[in-house]
Amino acid sequence: MNSTEVVVTGLGATTPLGGDVSSTWSALLEGRSGITEITEDWAQELPARIAGRAAVDPSEKLPRQRLRRLDRTQQFALIAAQEAWQDAGAPEVDPIRLGTVVSSGIGGILTILEQYDIFREKGWKRVSPFTVPMLMPNSPSAAVALEFTARAGAHAPVSACASSSEAIADAIGMIRSGRADMVIAGGTEAAIHPLNIASFASMRALSTRNDDPRAASRPWDTGRDGFVMGEGAGIVVLESAEHAARRGARVYAVAAGAGYSDDAHDIVAPEPEGEGQARAITMALEDADMRPGDVAHINAHATSTPTGDVGETLAIRRALGDAAADRVAVTSTKSMTGHLLGGAGAVEAIATVLALHEGRMPPTINIDELDPGVVVDIVRDKARDLPADAVGAINESFGFGGHNVAVAFRRA
Amino acid sequence: MAHTEQEILAGLGEIVDEIAGVPAAEVTPEKSFVDDLDIDSLSMVEIAVAAQDKFGVEIPDDQLKDLKTVQDVINFIQK
Repeated sequence: MNSTEVVVTGLGATTPLGGDVSSTWSALLEGRSGITEITEDWAQELPARIAGRAAVDPSEKLPRQRLRRLDRTQQFALIAAQEAWQDAGAPEVDPIRLGTVVSSGIGGILTILEQYDIFREKGWKRVSPFTVPMLMPNSPSAAVALEFTARAGAHAPVSACASSSEAIADAIGMIRSGRADMVIAGGTEAAIHPLNIASFASMRALSTRNDDPRAASRPWDTGRDGFVMGEGAGIVVLESAEHAARRGARVYAVAAGAGYSDDAHDIVAPEPEGEGQARAITMALEDADMRPGDVAHINAHATSTPTGDVGETLAIRRALGDAAADRVAVTSTKSMTGHLLGGAGAVEAIATVLALHEGRMPPTINIDELDPGVVVDIVRDKARDLPADAVGAINESFGFGGHNVAVAFRRA
Repeated sequence: MAHTEQEILAGLGEIVDEIAGVPAAEVTPEKSFVDDLDIDSLSMVEIAVAAQDKFGVEIPDDQLKDLKTVQDVINFIQK
């Protein structure tokens, strides 16, 4: 428990479902998939030819001379940050009290690969002088800091697919420790490229349901065969409750606490008993001063892989105990967005916050036959009302490397 | 291959517009890239490389720093 309460006052997103939060949220509630076929020639030799591409390309939102010096991860982050900042009321803030924590799981890999092609074909002089500030993994956080003159610190914790949940968790800590009054936090990913698809496919991690893209991401269904890569960004504006109250800001939810752990079990496979995942949940609840029974809803990490999804439900039961685990309603919005890797945690944090704020929980689509190993209640097929007495919700994110992050939110 | 001053000016205008977002009409001979057109050093590298490609001339790094105005670049290319 910490005396400085942190609240969520702004939301921004650009995802496979829409170019902003409202279009993404309505698609999530409708149970609409954002996964489509990759029709380019380069995909035809690959085993996975489906992806969740950003519904609105950054070229529709940013002028072209800015696009050419920003990696696609930075473009997504800036677009989502602009929306989140406007949504927070675009307040006048002392620059040294405003920070950024914006992550990417992979970083500016499209820039690396494109510039390497240019280097090999045309030599060093044709390599863009912006290559370094585009490829560095801190570039989205730095670009957002530059855009909003945020001088309290610009950070970029990297933990694969847990990165942007870690960013939000770290941002809560940044405000509590007194380093900032407001933090623009979240994550971004832009990695839909043949090499990345080949790399994940080589691990047998991707769905190859190429003939039915919208049904390919199917967490907890017995027929799931891997995740589907998505791209985009989610950004939240976090702020001390005191600062938000002073300026009369609208509060979506309390960013109540966070828990971190690492499995230290295998470089990619989650520890099957879910001990580390459960510990992250327990720590988040303690940090949030919440009890297991306060958790009405969980936005799970569940990516649609055979190995991960079921174990996560075991971890939830382990962490909450049977009485609370029997009542919690769990969903995976990745069934619609695909897996945004380093952007996933932040987009799902937004869905978690909106579920509390709007009182509706988005469904998990594509479950024809629920895996019998699932030990919690899944919000299947259709959105469901949040119980009127719901106190809080949790967003979970896990990443290659054994990283587990849980962030607890409470109704404001 | 000789280019007229007008051709070079028009070409530079297109390049500066594309790279730095400064409208081509503002790219006039007396303008300084840094002081008048607000172009930073990395963009200047890009502009120089694009000008080399467009007009078929090499601009060595040690001479690039002396090309301060649009007229300087026109003169260099015409040389």
